[in-house]
Amino acid sequence: MTEEEQVVGLVPKCKLVCQGAEGRVFETRYFKRRAILKQRFDKMYRHPILNKKLTRQRLGMEVKGMMKARKLGIRTPTVLLVDTETNSIIMDRVEGITVKDWLRKGKYTEEELGRVLSAIGTQVAAMHDGSLVHGDLTTSNIIVREPSLELTFIDFGLSFNTVAQNGPEDKGVDLYVMERAFLNAHADKPGLFDKALEAYSQKTNQWKSTFNRYSEVRMRGRKRSMVG
Amino acid sequence: MGKPTICMGFEGSANKIGVGIVTSDGDILANPRKTFITPPGTGFLPRETALHHQQVIVPLVQECLKEANLTPKDIDCLAYTKGPGMGAPLVSTAVVMRTLAQIWKVPIVPVNHCVGHIEMGRLVTGAVDPIVLYVSGGNTQVIAYSEKRYRIFGETIDIAVGNCLDRFARVLGLSNDPSPGYNIEQLAKEGSQYIEMPYNVKGMDVSFSGILSFAEDTAVKLLKKGTATKADLCYSFQETVFAMLVEITERAMAHCNTQDVLIVGGVGCNKRLQAMMKIMADERGGKLYATDERYCIDNGAMIAWPGLLAFGQGDTIPVEESTCTQRYRTDDPVINWRDD
Ligand SMILES: Nc1ncnc2c1ncn2[C@@H]1O[C@H](COP(=O)(O)OP(=O)(O)OP(=O)(O)O)[C@@H](O)[C@H]1O
Ligand SMILES: [Fe+2]
Ligand SMILES: [Mg+2]
Repeated sequence: MTEEEQVVGLVPKCKLVCQGAEGRVFETRYFKRRAILKQRFDKMYRHPILNKKLTRQRLGMEVKGMMKARKLGIRTPTVLLVDTETNSIIMDRVEGITVKDWLRKGKYTEEELGRVLSAIGTQVAAMHDGSLVHGDLTTSNIIVREPSLELTFIDFGLSFNTVAQNGPEDKGVDLYVMERAFLNAHADKPGLFDKALEAYSQKTNQWKSTFNRYSEVRMRGRKRSMVG
Repeated sequence: MGKPTICMGFEGSANKIGVGIVTSDGDILANPRKTFITPPGTGFLPRETALHHQQVIVPLVQECLKEANLTPKDIDCLAYTKGPGMGAPLVSTAVVMRTLAQIWKVPIVPVNHCVGHIEMGRLVTGAVDPIVLYVSGGNTQVIAYSEKRYRIFGETIDIAVGNCLDRFARVLGLSNDPSPGYNIEQLAKEGSQYIEMPYNVKGMDVSFSGILSFAEDTAVKLLKKGTATKADLCYSFQETVFAMLVEITERAMAHCNTQDVLIVGGVGCNKRLQAMMKIMADERGGKLYATDERYCIDNGAMIAWPGLLAFGQGDTIPVEESTCTQRYRTDDPVINWRDD
């Protein structure tokens, strides 16, 4: 075992690849498959009752969200094992790099960029039309594989199934979060989100209600008093 | 070395009026402040707040000079809050600043209030390039510096955390003296029972409307039934709301690959919020930077200091242009004094 490899739960040979906000992500092997182990750990800053509730909820939603997304025709990693004792999920390791890194590397043609952005919009629309809200649509949570440019969505811990009357609000907020994530991570490349939204608008069956609410969510931010 | 430049800063965008004197070496020579306090159950209105500021600002300027042991001749420039904030109080403060600028014949520098909080926090704590959690009555933002701007990574999608705390305090009928948030913090220390409340995080954004409406109906019912005390409610409310804030801050830290965190704004002086944030920062091998109520809460020095930084870049404006604006986003101004 090399120095950086460690045992996580019952899984040997785990190599830390990312210390996220909620957990650690390791590269490992699972029955010879290249796998990713994502473990959520206790957050000591929050009340134990709240901590338990959130950890459990998110572990559950991460798995459910991935399965639901698949049913809607969106590529997600295959879940191999869920362990509620150690709050970890083992899933297939997706080949490729995050859309964030891909954009930063900048080694793409205009046409390829257009294809990726429109695929993002189309697939988010498919999720939304199936009542699935991702909850954290950042460019780090979408993996792109070269040269095919096929996309895989990951990190469904904040995802949820929206019910009828909350649909427009939840989807509007999801788009708003995505817009800001694009703006912040790629401040030097304006207009990326607009291209994705364009594709979204063509694909979705609920454009009017979602777009109205999305515009309203944006306005709320603009109009809010900023005293203090 | 030459004599340091000296700036007098004016802040009156909300219910505090502050005048501060800072030198270009970062020394805070004086920073007096007065707060407009309203009766329990009520908030502050623009007109009354402006009136309060008008009544106390001139003596406050005199007090500030006296405390700093300076005369008007020593002042090299005046900085004022251009926005964001409440119109009438902002303008009342700016009018006095403009008058003094003309009498004293010194240049004027406009300052964004949010940038004031951030730069003051960096000055007082020595934090270099932290993720900033800016939490106050009207703002809830997670901010990171990049390419000459303070960029907003996460924020509230509805009401601000301070506003949420104030309204919750109003529901419970807590005093506004010295601030509703302070009284919630004190009462929370006596709470023992954790009551689950709505928790709402969306990526790096938060929403507080759910927990506020829960507090307004369900929590009040629990209180009436006697199954929870006011202290329990304050405790549970704080634990939930602050956990949301720490979570989005941590997400931004992971996202930006930043280790340190700085808390600014009025809610930032809450000791429980600081303690929770410190646990998170420690776990990530980073550092928490926070300040006490002297600098967290609106004050004049937090305007004087960025005023000096901008003055150093030659950013002065003529009197006619020294206007105010109620909306002025944190990511609007160009931060030309930072090169990193
Ligand atoms: N199945 C996978 N295949 C390949 N890489 C992955 C996979 N899952 C995660 N990663 C990599 O690990 C990173 C972090 O994973 P993920 O987004 O699931 O966790 P996180 O960001 O820590 O969660 P959170 O956003 O809630 O903090 C991803 O951005 C990606 O680079
Ligand atoms: Fe403020
Ligand atoms: Mg992620």
